[in-house]
Amino acid sequence: MTQLMQRLEPQSEQEACAIVKQARLDRWSLAIEGGGTRAGLGRPVPADAVLSTRRLTGITLYEPAELVISARAGTPLAEVEAALAAKGQMLPFEPADYRALYGTSGEPTIGAIAACNLSGPRRIQTGAARDALIGVRLVNGEAQAVKSGGRVMKNVTGLDLVKLTCGSHGTLGLLTEVTFKLLPRPQAQATLILDGLDDERAIAAMGSALSSPFEVSGAAHLPTGHDGTGAQTLLRLERDDVSLAYRAQKLTDRLAPFGALRRLEGEVSAALWRDIAQVKPLAKAHGPAIWKLSLPAHKATACMRAISESLGARYFYDWGGGLIWLAVMPGDDAGALRIRAAVAEAHGHATLMRAPDDIRKTQDVFAPLGAALMKVTSGIKQSFDPDGIFNPGRMYAGV
Amino acid sequence: MSIPFPLPDDAILARRDEILAGLAPLLPPEALITTEDERRAFETDAFTAYRRVPLAVALPTTTEEVSAVLRFCHEQGVKVVARGAGTSLSGGAIPQTDAIVLGLSKLNRILDVNFPNRTARVQAGVTNLSITEAVSAEGFFYAPDPSSQLACTIGGNIGMNSGGAHCLKYGVTTNNVLGVRMVQMDGTILDLGGEAMDAPGYDLLGVMVGSEGQLGIVTEAVVRILPMAEDARPVLFGFDTSEEAGACVAAIIGAGIIPVAMEFMDKEAIAICEAFAKAGYPLDVGAMLIIEVEGSAVEMDAQLAKIIDIAKQHNVRVVRESKSAMETAAIWKGRKSAFGATGRLADYICMDGTVPTGQLSYVLKRTGEICAAAGHRVANVFHAGDGNMHPLIMFDVNDPKSAASAEYIGLELLKLCVDAGGCLTGEHGVGIEKRDLMRYQFTEEDLRQQMRVRAVFDPQWLLNPAKVFPLDGRN
Ligand SMILES: Cc1cc2nc3c(=O)[nH]c(=O)nc-3n(C[C@H](O)[C@H](O)[C@@H](O)COP(=O)(O)OP(=O)(O)OC[C@H]3O[C@@H](n4cnc5c(N)ncnc54)[C@H](O)[C@@H]3O)c2cc1C
Ligand SMILES: Cc1cc2nc3c(=O)[nH]c(=O)nc-3n(C[C@H](O)[C@H](O)[C@H](O)COP(=O)(O)OP(=O)(O)OC[C@H]3O[C@@H](n4cnc5c(N)ncnc54)[C@H](O)[C@@H]3O)c2cc1C
Repeated sequence: MTQLMQRLEPQSEQEACAIVKQARLDRWSLAIEGGGTRAGLGRPVPADAVLSTRRLTGITLYEPAELVISARAGTPLAEVEAALAAKGQMLPFEPADYRALYGTSGEPTIGAIAACNLSGPRRIQTGAARDALIGVRLVNGEAQAVKSGGRVMKNVTGLDLVKLTCGSHGTLGLLTEVTFKLLPRPQAQATLILDGLDDERAIAAMGSALSSPFEVSGAAHLPTGHDGTGAQTLLRLERDDVSLAYRAQKLTDRLAPFGALRRLEGEVSAALWRDIAQVKPLAKAHGPAIWKLSLPAHKATACMRAISESLGARYFYDWGGGLIWLAVMPGDDAGALRIRAAVAEAHGHATLMRAPDDIRKTQDVFAPLGAALMKVTSGIKQSFDPDGIFNPGRMYAGV
Repeated sequence: MSIPFPLPDDAILARRDEILAGLAPLLPPEALITTEDERRAFETDAFTAYRRVPLAVALPTTTEEVSAVLRFCHEQGVKVVARGAGTSLSGGAIPQTDAIVLGLSKLNRILDVNFPNRTARVQAGVTNLSITEAVSAEGFFYAPDPSSQLACTIGGNIGMNSGGAHCLKYGVTTNNVLGVRMVQMDGTILDLGGEAMDAPGYDLLGVMVGSEGQLGIVTEAVVRILPMAEDARPVLFGFDTSEEAGACVAAIIGAGIIPVAMEFMDKEAIAICEAFAKAGYPLDVGAMLIIEVEGSAVEMDAQLAKIIDIAKQHNVRVVRESKSAMETAAIWKGRKSAFGATGRLADYICMDGTVPTGQLSYVLKRTGEICAAAGHRVANVFHAGDGNMHPLIMFDVNDPKSAASAEYIGLELLKLCVDAGGCLTGEHGVGIEKRDLMRYQFTEEDLRQQMRVRAVFDPQWLLNPAKVFPLDGRN
């Protein structure tokens, strides 16, 4: 092929099918691009052309009384969120916006949100993107338009390919339309703050809060604080006014053994959680590599201790300790060897969320899979995209 | 009765003795069931109109035994049907004569409860309710609560992605399972997910849940356990018509209120359940909602006040709050025994399509018309908040015409759900029951993509092969 990195911008699913059909004939590979805001996520993709969803836009169905929205994949997330806000609703999983992390400025698209399965702090309470995604349409590597799931809340008809595509980083096909279930937007929120806890006590405090009946929707611990003041443990409640006042008090009583709790309300609280969702506490510094560790909460501090012994790292906990965001200086392998060893010991896994291209070319971005899992993974890729057209190698070599 | 089974493989039937001899050393002696009488206990599930006596039944006691049995069957080309408690309503666990049943009932231990991580690791044959029982003293529960929860297993729940009355708020099985240990047909043991909130790579766990025993056999699961609410209170709302009740459901959700449960019963279902459970259901209304709210007394009062306001705008006739734990138990007992109570009156089949909640009134009306025209009684009792219908179509099992017509009407009602923008099954699975309707909901391309994914796990189609996908056009 002659025109390197040609951009292909279908305006309909039909056009997308035609493009893929041609790509297949010409043996082109295609890098799928939404808003281009997560360009630094995943292994770098060496592709012949970019297949963009830029012109596949528009909300196709929104039924507030049924808590469901469908949109074409290239619809800007901002457009979806504005439509939902107008009806007092929201995407449950608090989709993360990583523009600060990657230093990119494009508009995140709803399709990329589905493709990456990235969820914010509320994941612990209301589920991940994969839990809210109930329907997809996609074009597979055989240029066929395929649907899975639908627009209803409960659906077990056939294999759940929706889950497979969620988090497949565009390696299984081009999502053309996605359907999410929704939640009413809570009327109010507050953040309770415990100061000065060490990691161990902080995880215990968050565990106590998350084991309470008060439906804590965010539990994060910043060892050096949000504003550099000192350790802060943050617990979010999102309720209507009556319930919020009641639960904030109950939680304050319950956590008294951990210290006195301060309280932030309204927009101040909301801004704090936006920063956490966007990894702002670590994103500001350019240079360091950023890791995301997913692990059982009760193993978080031991894992962090093991990493800190050998690596200078800045970090914070989200999801009550089930998620650690970690910044290290890139070095040769961005600490991959030691981080992966420590997190495996803790029965978790680590994803290299941000690093210079040369490191991402030589290091696995996603945690390596064992032979048996890799075999199934390659089989799944084959079953959707037999010629390896889409995002070749984005997740694993050959996938 | 018209659902076809594939023709049995004569070569396998002829080699039965040899196959049993090969299985015997792989299992403890009492774990291999071969006599006709004992095998008969496994010939059907809760979709009792169809039955086939399996070649043999294996009841392994460890993951390694499951692996050994599967590896052997894989080598020998023997089909395998996984079975939990056999409560499937779609025929998911019904065997075929040339298959062995692999029952998980002996894998029935809770292995580990991890309160700091709020997870439990259990074996596949553990019953749904026993997970909650194991953690309730500490104030936790396992959320998905199928009405069959006393009997059904977590392995079967994973097989069907089962739901329950409280799924409106807490989600279904797939939202509450973090990991499984499973065995592939060739004997390979795989861990998908684990104790963390997510796992690397494709969401294989996501496709495993709801795969109806076709991708592999689950031997262990890691489930999330959740803290129980401070208190819960169901309230009965009686309406003159189903339309009013349906509209009320939509209005409650539209107002931004998600009660923990919203269950619907029509007049017929109310009468049947009240006669059985003496729950104090109002008998003089056309339709009833059981709406449950959770929280402290203050919170429940506040939420209920809003719900009652909305119900009044929809001409609610009766509002009756539970005043005690005993009343609460009775209210739920009535709802959860709806199938059993109907079964005392007549034979029935239960359909399970889902529709957009905005279509509930229309679909209920059409359901009544279709059943009446064919001369069948029907009781409607279902999860209204998520549009998951459960019409119970009654018939006389001794009258082949009545049975055939009930089956026919059931399928018509499922088509109605798909036409209304919904799907064939919300929680009971496709099994054999809806297998041949799959093309009504899916295109050939949709189905082929699913079948290719299925073949990645089980290329020879040995695991529960007669289910889910139409028998013709597989390759
Ligand atoms: C100067 C420059 C620097 C670059 N640097 C990098 C780099 O550091 N790392 C890198 O990986 N690439 C890099 N690229 C490649 C480029 O970003 C890729 O074209 C693109 O595939 C990455 O996707 P995205 O940024 O559009 O992701 P987003 O639009 O943010 O989407 C995120 C992920 O979801 C997938 N996706 C989005 N929408 C859909 C959909 N509808 N269906 C299915 N999948 C979807 C994308 O393929 C991507 O994997 C660079 C390109 C240039 C020109
Ligand atoms: C009275 C009654 C009420 C019910 N109420 C509900 C309800 O409210 N909500 C609901 O969702 N369902 C309900 N059901 C249906 C049924 O109980 C569920 O589908 C349940 O999950 C089946 O569990 P089981 O252990 O009986 O599985 P089985 O019926 O034995 O098997 C179900 C399917 O899962 C597969 N399977 C079983 N174990 C495994 C395993 N370990 N690994 C892989 N595959 C496996 C089987 O092959 C089969 O395809 C009800 C059934 C009855 C009879």
